[in-house]
Amino acid sequence: MEKVKILAIGRHEQILETVIRLINQNPDWEGIGAMTDKEAVQQFDHQLIDIILLCGGIEPESELNLRAYFTAHRPQVTIVQHYGGGSGLLTAEIYEALKERAKS
Amino acid sequence: MMSNTILHKADARGHANHGWLNSYHTFSFGGFYNPQSMNFGALRVLNDDTVSGGRGFGDHPHDNMEIISIPLDGDLEHEDSMGNKAIIRKGDIQAMSAGTGIYHSEKNAHENELVKFLQIWIYPNQKNVQPRYDQITLNLNDRHNRLQQILSPNADDEGVWIYQNAWFHIGKLDSGLSTTYNLKGGANNGVYAFVLSGDVAVNGQQLNTRDGFGLWDVDQIEITANSETEILLMEVPMKF
Repeated sequence: MEKVKILAIGRHEQILETVIRLINQNPDWEGIGAMTDKEAVQQFDHQLIDIILLCGGIEPESELNLRAYFTAHRPQVTIVQHYGGGSGLLTAEIYEALKERAKS
Repeated sequence: MMSNTILHKADARGHANHGWLNSYHTFSFGGFYNPQSMNFGALRVLNDDTVSGGRGFGDHPHDNMEIISIPLDGDLEHEDSMGNKAIIRKGDIQAMSAGTGIYHSEKNAHENELVKFLQIWIYPNQKNVQPRYDQITLNLNDRHNRLQQILSPNADDEGVWIYQNAWFHIGKLDSGLSTTYNLKGGANNGVYAFVLSGDVAVNGQQLNTRDGFGLWDVDQIEITANSETEILLMEVPMKF
């Protein structure tokens, strides 16, 4: 079974590292990160991303642009606002996203 | 108004015993995932934690969350990346707005005593705010047979404040005492009652120690203590 590929985007380097480390603790998930919008788009264009986690610090205009780009280029991608910063909420957020994907 | 309710019995909570940390989760957290118990409106985490002597949560990050700690027993040592270092004790309340990102640690301040505290997370009404920390000492006498406000959205109101249209109250009620809580935040708000100790009826629902009961589409709630009771009321937006 292919791993669920998760792109985490956030502006805080240490928090982003923590989020990716936690994602990769699950053997069925693969986490990659991007700190800038440009990096995020590059990652998205070159890999088949299943879930995008929007982490802290993303400016409202950037968020709008990123969401528009991702949904325009691959409407089936699931975009989730991640709260808490690599915390106890991460796993449940991803499970909820997977549940939504299974419905659609 | 016809109210809606949800009951979370104490023994239905998630449980994680890590040795140094014994934690009960009302809502999905860490390894506990229950799709039926994700949140109550903006209330996302209600963890009932016991930490062994000298142990605690090491330095770890957070962002975009309002984090409230309420010690129930023992002393908790707090340190964070904003330079705050403090001890919080029973009767204190701590509030952190994680905003764009903070690091903090929370440890048992003593080697030979347990510390028990509630860790409560509320979704913020603004993302990416400047991180902030607040801690105050409450007068425990002010909750005897009344509801003492310990948190609000307003910096100049009683208790600590957070970035959300939320109000917390604690009451320590003698057996037989009844009181009413009137919601403050309007029709979008609900109330989650968490029994710290004792037996109590909330709008007729019998509750025991560590039970949780959420109500929404309601203007006020009636609380009757069937024994000496301590209860925490968390009023939060249901849509946010």
